[in-house]
Amino acid sequence: MSQSTSMQAADAPIISLHNVSKWYGQFQVLCAVDLDVRKGERVVVCGPSGSGKSTLIRCINRLEVHQEGRIFVKGLEMTDNVKNIDAIRRNIGMVFQNFNLFPHLTVLENLTLGPMLTRQMKKADAEDLAMHFLRKVRIPEQARKYPLQLSGGQQQRVAIARSLCMEPEIMLFDEPTSALDPEMIKEVLDTMIELAQSGMTMIVVTHEMGFARTVADNVVFMADGRMVESAPPEEFFGNPREERTRTFLDQILKH
Amino acid sequence: MKAASSQTPLATAVYDPLARMSAGDWLKRNLFSSVWQTLLTVITAAVLLRFFWFVLDWGVINAVWFTSDPEVCRAATGACWAVIVEKHRPMLFGLYPYDEHWRLVLMMAIYLGTVVFSLMPRNWNLRLLVPLWCVAAVSIGVLMFGGVLGLRYVPTSEWGGLPLTMLLFTGTVLFGMPVAVLLALGRRAPLPVARGVSVVFIEALRGVPLITILFVAVNVFPLFLPAGVQVDKLLRITIGIAIFFACYQAEVIRGGLQAIPRGQYEAAASLSLTYWQTTTRIILPQALRICLPAITNHIIAAMKNTSFVIIIGLFDILTATTAVMQDPLWRKFYVEAYLFVAAVYLFFGYALSLYARKVEKWIASGRV
Repeated sequence: MSQSTSMQAADAPIISLHNVSKWYGQFQVLCAVDLDVRKGERVVVCGPSGSGKSTLIRCINRLEVHQEGRIFVKGLEMTDNVKNIDAIRRNIGMVFQNFNLFPHLTVLENLTLGPMLTRQMKKADAEDLAMHFLRKVRIPEQARKYPLQLSGGQQQRVAIARSLCMEPEIMLFDEPTSALDPEMIKEVLDTMIELAQSGMTMIVVTHEMGFARTVADNVVFMADGRMVESAPPEEFFGNPREERTRTFLDQILKH
Repeated sequence: MKAASSQTPLATAVYDPLARMSAGDWLKRNLFSSVWQTLLTVITAAVLLRFFWFVLDWGVINAVWFTSDPEVCRAATGACWAVIVEKHRPMLFGLYPYDEHWRLVLMMAIYLGTVVFSLMPRNWNLRLLVPLWCVAAVSIGVLMFGGVLGLRYVPTSEWGGLPLTMLLFTGTVLFGMPVAVLLALGRRAPLPVARGVSVVFIEALRGVPLITILFVAVNVFPLFLPAGVQVDKLLRITIGIAIFFACYQAEVIRGGLQAIPRGQYEAAASLSLTYWQTTTRIILPQALRICLPAITNHIIAAMKNTSFVIIIGLFDILTATTAVMQDPLWRKFYVEAYLFVAAVYLFFGYALSLYARKVEKWIASGRV
């Protein structure tokens, strides 16, 4: 993987997965997955449960370890090399299905912890940064509260703000709205749409097809660990090529 | 327009959440609700009254409070609290030289003051506590050892009583808790060496009686030291008790660590926090809050394990009392003496317990 000229680097994908496979014991959860994501691209990954979509994005920031294939983020390869892992993780923010906020810290402390510890920011600067992102996700008044005092939608927005405080270039979303009431899904999706419009590279695993249609540059469908189809939303929803995709879309778009 | 009703409405009783039951109603419902319960109440009341009357009669009405003549006490039918007044100095201070007891009183005042100050959350600031404890440690050392500032030198072999209990307890907890945390983390570490060492340590020392560990610490450990190097016996036994305490606490803390969901580790990893940053800022604060009641348990037990110091010939408050009550004149009144010691232990144990409950309340309300 050569990063010679700056012209070439501008076109090179920011995330690149080649032939990635992963096994849990005997069971193969990822089968030879290839994926390239350009800078500023928004990718939505969908598929039935057990298809490996969460595992796929978790491999990108090493929360899961792949056994075969190669993963590159910004030209750095994801291996056992701790320095690489750390350098890659600093550029990737992750939002989880069950928020994973730190319950013993206030919202503000949740947000300032990362910058203060890993980027050696001073407390005042970190708090300014935190309030900036809290305003972006529209909940600045909740800064002094504890996560458990907030609603699910607010907690997820805090989680998004927490990841943004690390100022990453890439954001990964693992089913961010699956644990939320329908009323709160909208507020989180709106936040994500705003984020997308600001040019962030995003990979979102979700069942929210409306979001995919509005925001995605590319929709990827996975089933049984394989990447079945990958196409821009008009093509994906309007004219899916694979039978398996058609079946899935029928099921999910029925209601 | 209200309709005239020929019948009384069905539900006239309106439930008022703020209403309190009258005393009569409470008694009726909880103590006298049925024949059997009434009978039980009467019997229990009779037993309790008999007991309290005995305590009042023996402990207060017929008790002898101040006398230096044991004959007066023998003649009386009640308790002989005078034995405590007579013997409280050797009970509380052990073999420490009589004229230097004021140093021990001062030491206990400094110690208790420092501890109470350190336990208040608003003082939980390392910049405040570390110098405070350094100053306290130095002043306690000077007071107990002497040898400087014109104070008479008192070796550790003459220390005893309540100050000794306090020092042993503090040493156990201050040294044992960090070791316990490290052992608990080691047992769950991904490194096989750390895990192996922690498991062997914990299982070996948990499975062996405390007194055995202390014998090893006092008698066997010096054999491994190079010739001429001497470690103070009191220090050796403190470390022995502390390590035993640490092994039990390690398992308690491990229970708390197991309760932390994997998502917390993943969130910390996604923020690029290192192992130690994750452990000290995210995992341990949550784990310790979870297992606080069990931790308190072992801390209170540690206070009572201090009695084991007898095996190196030092007399803490309990063994000093036993020794003092060998006096043939006062020997008959050992009950009163032990009640006094029990009261001292109960006071400190209950204080610890109350504090732990307060901390649990603070945790629940988010103040800690």
